[in-house]
Amino acid sequence: MIPNTPKITPELVAEHGLKPDEYERFLQLIGREPTITELGIVSAMWNEHCSYKSSRLHLRGLPTKAPWVIQGPGENAGVIDIGDGLAVVFKMESHNHPSFIEPYQGAATGVGGILRDVFTMGARPIAALNFLRFGDPSHPRTRHLVAGVVAGIGGYGNSFGVPTVGGSVGFHTRYDGNILVNAMAVGLAKSDEIFYAAASGLNMPIVYLGSKTGRDGIHGATMASAEFGEGSEEKRPTVQVGDPFAEKLLLEACLELMQTGSVIAIQDMGAAGLTCSAVEMGAKGNLGVELNLDAVPCREEGMSAYEMMLSESQERMLMVLDPAKREVAEAVFRKWGLDFAVVGHTTDTLRFVVKHGGEVMADLPIKELGDEAPIYDRPHLPTAKKPVIDAASVAPPSSNAQALLKLVGSPDLCSKRWVYEQYDTLILGNSVATPGGDAGIVRVLEGPKGLAMTTDVTPRYCEADPFEGGKQAVAEAWRNLSAVGARPLALTDNLNFGNPERPEIMGQFVGCLKGISAACTALDFPVVSGNVSLYNETNGRGILPTPTIGGVGLLDDVSVHATIAFRKAGEVILLIGETTGWLGQSVYLRDVCGREEGAPPPVDLETERRNGDFVRGLIRAGRAKTVHDLSDGGLAVALAEMAMASGIGATIDKLPEGDAHAVLFGEDQARYVLSVEPGQADAIRIDAEKAGVPILRLGVTGGDTLAIKGEDPVTIAALEKAHEDWLPAFMAGEA
Amino acid sequence: MKAAIIVFPGSNRERDAGTAIHTVTGHEPAYVWHAETALPAGTDLVVLPGGFSYGDYLRCGAIAARAGVMDAVRAHAARGGLVLAICNGFQIACEAGLLPGVLMRNVNRRFICKRQFLTVERADTAFTRRYRQGEAIEVCIAHGEGNYVADAETLKRLEGENLVAFRYCDARGQVTDAANPNGSANGIAGIYSPGLNVLGMMPHPENFVDDLVGGTDGRGLFESLAKAA
Repeated sequence: MIPNTPKITPELVAEHGLKPDEYERFLQLIGREPTITELGIVSAMWNEHCSYKSSRLHLRGLPTKAPWVIQGPGENAGVIDIGDGLAVVFKMESHNHPSFIEPYQGAATGVGGILRDVFTMGARPIAALNFLRFGDPSHPRTRHLVAGVVAGIGGYGNSFGVPTVGGSVGFHTRYDGNILVNAMAVGLAKSDEIFYAAASGLNMPIVYLGSKTGRDGIHGATMASAEFGEGSEEKRPTVQVGDPFAEKLLLEACLELMQTGSVIAIQDMGAAGLTCSAVEMGAKGNLGVELNLDAVPCREEGMSAYEMMLSESQERMLMVLDPAKREVAEAVFRKWGLDFAVVGHTTDTLRFVVKHGGEVMADLPIKELGDEAPIYDRPHLPTAKKPVIDAASVAPPSSNAQALLKLVGSPDLCSKRWVYEQYDTLILGNSVATPGGDAGIVRVLEGPKGLAMTTDVTPRYCEADPFEGGKQAVAEAWRNLSAVGARPLALTDNLNFGNPERPEIMGQFVGCLKGISAACTALDFPVVSGNVSLYNETNGRGILPTPTIGGVGLLDDVSVHATIAFRKAGEVILLIGETTGWLGQSVYLRDVCGREEGAPPPVDLETERRNGDFVRGLIRAGRAKTVHDLSDGGLAVALAEMAMASGIGATIDKLPEGDAHAVLFGEDQARYVLSVEPGQADAIRIDAEKAGVPILRLGVTGGDTLAIKGEDPVTIAALEKAHEDWLPAFMAGEA
Repeated sequence: MKAAIIVFPGSNRERDAGTAIHTVTGHEPAYVWHAETALPAGTDLVVLPGGFSYGDYLRCGAIAARAGVMDAVRAHAARGGLVLAICNGFQIACEAGLLPGVLMRNVNRRFICKRQFLTVERADTAFTRRYRQGEAIEVCIAHGEGNYVADAETLKRLEGENLVAFRYCDARGQVTDAANPNGSANGIAGIYSPGLNVLGMMPHPENFVDDLVGGTDGRGLFESLAKAA
């Protein structure tokens, strides 16, 4: 039945990324030597990227449920209910390795993939975000990678027509050989019209939709599951090429198709293309699948079964069709000029059968390929605790005013205008808050509701203490949503780590996940979708552990929200939360003192919740319209950002107790700065004290200077110059 | 007012234009697929919306300019009918011969999306009667190829016949090189046909009709059209 193929040698098995014991397991499963097509299929299904074999065990501990969760992890994207018959569909996914090899196309197809995940479920994408980490600015490839990745994200999202409303850009030498490109998409659907991947019904036609299949991206997922070494740049042919125009057509065609009632199940072709999508649809629906590759629309002649099964050509979908609606469904795709081909059908055999040229090229058990891939409990070594740094032992190397100017102009804290002006932030006409604030905000349809969204994690905290770092990532996302007045509803996580076969890396992974779980539970902020990216290493050196959190929150009335800009002179500035002057792992300690040391600030989740709920209450009651959460750079940087966003200065005549540099730049958690009408300040203070929330009146807004008691005043113009100049100068090769 | 918004494969601001028309004028526009050969009867205003028609993989707007519906659009314009061509629509209008000149890559070679002030060069057209002449309005730009280029004779004619609609300027209304985001000749952000019935512009007034979302400086254009049509 199965034609003879090249001899399967140990070398060939190794080239497919299968470990000898995994291959042995596969042999036992099928009871004979596989064909080359079968070897390709199993390598695609059982690699880390598709099977989550190192991470699944630990992901099971994440809180994924809440009354408003419609669909948690395991589908193309998570789904939450926002009332009025509407649902929000969202997910974040990494495209790290492809973006390092070919930054424009790698980033572009990362955006394309995540948009497809969202509209596959019947949602129209309404916002995109991203989280980017590059190597040290002095690394010779950094500038090229920044330019390519940013252009790629813009090139795809702008043409597709979705506003990019938030994100994060940072630099660290630990990403020199392995950048991070995490893309998030958020879509809107009717809550009773969500589409899923599980096939149902026997002998139902399986239809191929979208662009044609070419030879691009073959083995992309396998590449993404291996460490980088010298010569990684030569892997360029495994990076796919994006076509946002085709994706836009696919979006419109799919949404139109879904209205016809012809779609029984639908799955996009992402990593491992036709293989992964067909196997997942069958395995999830407890059905077999038979594919006839002769019917697959191909871009090139003479493609083999192996190539078709592993191609990662973009902008393709697979669906199970209601045969009674075939004509109307096909007409939709013809109208949009896209391919529509019946390429197979469902069976009751629980086998995944692939035919080509009249011959059976693969015949494999579908459940074992999909649901029952190997799972590992890899050894993990906890990260040793770091000592707490005593602020008094940190001698300030410069005046606090000079330190502030240095920090607001540093690669991590400088203005990212050069980046976000390359993204269309305003298309669709609902962007209420665009990049530069604590969270992006989009109006839902004609309102009054709105959605807030953010991407956060502080990798240096995760490296120093994975558990506290994991907690902090979730808490910061929750805080950013609260700081605009939104009720945080759910999150998607994108877990970027090094090689899980090293116990210390696995220890980081396990520690961060425990922290994430603890924070999600304490804050009622469940995980509804996510992605794991392991093997982020080059030449044996891992990235900083980076579990990116993409949070989504709801504003009942989008017109009632807060921004970071001071509104006018004469407002009273308040600090919410307790300040101890925690300098360990702060950007001040790292970028001003040159010390990357110590334990990160601890996160008290009860305090986090109490302070955040209080601030959100003030915003929703219309009592606070200017709010900024405190994070990197602490109080001084937050005040500077609020002044720069408005052009209005501030006079700070009171600070929390402690050494000035520690109080100004320490990164204690659960803190916010507010500015409010003078008449409101006393009542807010009384309410805060009643709620057990620490509050301190810092000073008043006004003037063109940030004047902090006991420090040299700094003009807003000087702050702005430092803040705005660095990135454009760096990209022009001048910094 | 009866408005028809032409939808090409790859158009992506057609709904933004439709929403703006509906929000400001109360009229619901028709969406016309590019393969149609006629406009809805009684169409007063044709909108060529923003986007990346056919992916803009060839010269921007070059394929859309040859779409089936464009003959009907040209006939509408020739009869004196109103045409509002925004962003990719402006590129299409130039390629279709409705307006002179061409839009080239931005001088910095990057896509730019940001808030942008424009001067209203004349306030006596169907598109601008609700503005004041010389007024600086704040809308946004979102394009990679908005650098308006035309030969010297064409520029001279546009200036001489007072056919420049908008110029890029700063917050105080000064037309300067620093305020010009893309390198356009004479800071040109939009131009009229000789009959003043076709307006092509790179900036997006349709995204500025709501206080909550950016601002309302784009409303005047749609209010003017509602009054004219």
